Amino acid sequence: MVLSMAPLLLRSSRSSLLRNTLSPAAVRAFSGSAISSAKPAPGAYPKGFRLPRPEAWDEGESALDRAGRLYLMTELFRGMYVVLEQYFRAPYTIYYPFEKGPISPRFRGEHALRRYPSGEERCIACKLCEAICPALAITIDAEERIDGSRRTTKYDIDMTKCIYCGLCQESCPVDAIVETPNVEYSTETREELLYNKEKLLANGDKWEQEIQFGLDADSNYR
Amino acid sequence: MLRSHVIFRRPLATPRFRVRFSPAFSRYFQSNAANKENLDSMYTPTSLHEFPPEDITNSFNKQTGKDIIANQKKKVRAFTVNFGPQHPAAHGVLRLILELHGEEILRSDPHVGLLHRGTEKLIEYKTYLQALPYFDRLDYVSMMSNEQVFALAVEKLLNIDIPIRAKYIRVLFAEISRVLNHLMSVLSHAMDVGALTPFLWGMEEREKLMEFYERVSGARLHAAYVRPGGVSQDIPAGLLDDIYMWATQFGDRIDEVEELLTDNRIWKLRTVGVGVMTAEEVLNHSFSGVMLRGSGVLYDLRKNQPYEVYDKLDFDIPVGTNGDCYDRYLIRMAEFRQSLRIIFQCLNDMPAGPVKVEDYKISPPPRALMKEDMESLIHHFLLFTKGYSVPPGETYTAIEAPKGEMGVYVVSDGSERPYRCKIRAPGFAHLAGFDAISRGHFLPDAVAIIGTMDLVFGEVDR
Repeated sequence: MVLSMAPLLLRSSRSSLLRNTLSPAAVRAFSGSAISSAKPAPGAYPKGFRLPRPEAWDEGESALDRAGRLYLMTELFRGMYVVLEQYFRAPYTIYYPFEKGPISPRFRGEHALRRYPSGEERCIACKLCEAICPALAITIDAEERIDGSRRTTKYDIDMTKCIYCGLCQESCPVDAIVETPNVEYSTETREELLYNKEKLLANGDKWEQEIQFGLDADSNYR
Repeated sequence: MLRSHVIFRRPLATPRFRVRFSPAFSRYFQSNAANKENLDSMYTPTSLHEFPPEDITNSFNKQTGKDIIANQKKKVRAFTVNFGPQHPAAHGVLRLILELHGEEILRSDPHVGLLHRGTEKLIEYKTYLQALPYFDRLDYVSMMSNEQVFALAVEKLLNIDIPIRAKYIRVLFAEISRVLNHLMSVLSHAMDVGALTPFLWGMEEREKLMEFYERVSGARLHAAYVRPGGVSQDIPAGLLDDIYMWATQFGDRIDEVEELLTDNRIWKLRTVGVGVMTAEEVLNHSFSGVMLRGSGVLYDLRKNQPYEVYDKLDFDIPVGTNGDCYDRYLIRMAEFRQSLRIIFQCLNDMPAGPVKVEDYKISPPPRALMKEDMESLIHHFLLFTKGYSVPPGETYTAIEAPKGEMGVYVVSDGSERPYRCKIRAPGFAHLAGFDAISRGHFLPDAVAIIGTMDLVFGEVDR
């Protein structure tokens, strides 16, 4: 019943099911790797090529079947039965704030700046993330510390500009800037989304376990 | 052949079946062209306010055969409706100016640009790697297909060939994207014409597929996964098993949707014979994808100019015969099954090996190497600051995106940033043909036609 209105499936060059019924021109037009342009059918197709063969008088359903389907609305009730089946299936939805969907170690959420186990911040102000950021969301200032190490004095991320492409964490040579699995950081004001270094380091302290888990789980692929 | 819907069938929206209006309306139509410039002699909805309501409703006096309003020697101008940009059936920010005669569409004028972000210009100021995430945001229901077309174009300019495993991963996710896209397009089409239930089922499947996206790339939508030179990371262990488990059950989900829609007389009333385009018309309007194949033109870039590994895969291209919304629906349902076939083949044939070119001047070295090897660290720094330069040249590279022919025309001047990047979005051509398709249809058919054109404004407005 579905097939009667369905478009004909043209077989690919590999399968030979319908090959015999196609003209060579039709096969050539639609198979192989020759570059060609869109055009209406080349030449004449064999009779009945595009359309399903019309049913003979003794094929298909009887007038009684047809009338039954028309007046008893069988196709509608079949559809309704499929809907009814869903009622007996386990729901797919979850109670969001209490239940959460699974996420992978690669998940890219809110940003964080990490520290070494000693407490020293990792970022060395190489500014790779600032350079690669397609949205120009990262701003870094740096100067030399008294102990001679190079560290940032300013590390700002404009979270309203960020497009979460993950290029910053890919570029970071010391795994300092990372994207945490956290996505629940909506704010009531725009200003709160302009993150500074303190906020990012605090995120890093808060999410360190999850970040380290993600990096370890994904370390074979990086 | 099922023709039982005929007796329930509403007359087709062609002028032959036009409802009989009062003579004032009819006369407007007969002399519409002649009076087009003389707008003063026409009624507008506002000028009709001069008349008492009973005069307008009963303007034609049967006894005398005279028409009160028509006797004023004025004509009635067509009613203009602003459809969208906040209309739920407008699929985003489509704004249509529809000129209506009653419910019949005389002319329609799609307005674009409400989601224009200047992507093409923006890309000229980004390196090739930085430009990539912006392609996710073009057609934001089939993200990896967009990345793929840009990656293929850049690879062509760089004259590199990517590892076979990367090609299989790309094709696997291109077909997952096709399923994602068709779930959205077919089922939101059904929702627009009144069938809400399958849309909710489709959302469940989309959720599962976006989980695959997330596991492979880290983002559910804007993946930034397919890169020039391969893909950004290898597939995590276990993902192919889960895609296989998903694919084994997805055929049943298609069957359920088909059980609800394909034979349903309401769905057929809304789609059969609506939005008919002949093969010649669709070619003249430069339609592509399902809009082209629905009218019986045999054209699919996966067959006609195979890219990646499509020439190694066995799949069929469904082609329509009538060129109406129903045929295009059937084609999309058939493409689900063909995509499943391709997904199974990719899962079975997935070769081992690297997933990006091992030329560290194009794709960044692995992190372990970067941390130990000075040479690799230099490559890493160069790639993420300066980018790689692409030899001068130009290319138009197109792929069969779920919506149609998605192409980019990239011109390189030898620097690290494209000199020009023109994006050929299939939806833009489809929307441009909206007036031609919708003329003579009824207003509710406009919704069905928007649904069948599969518009996403990220790519139309770019």
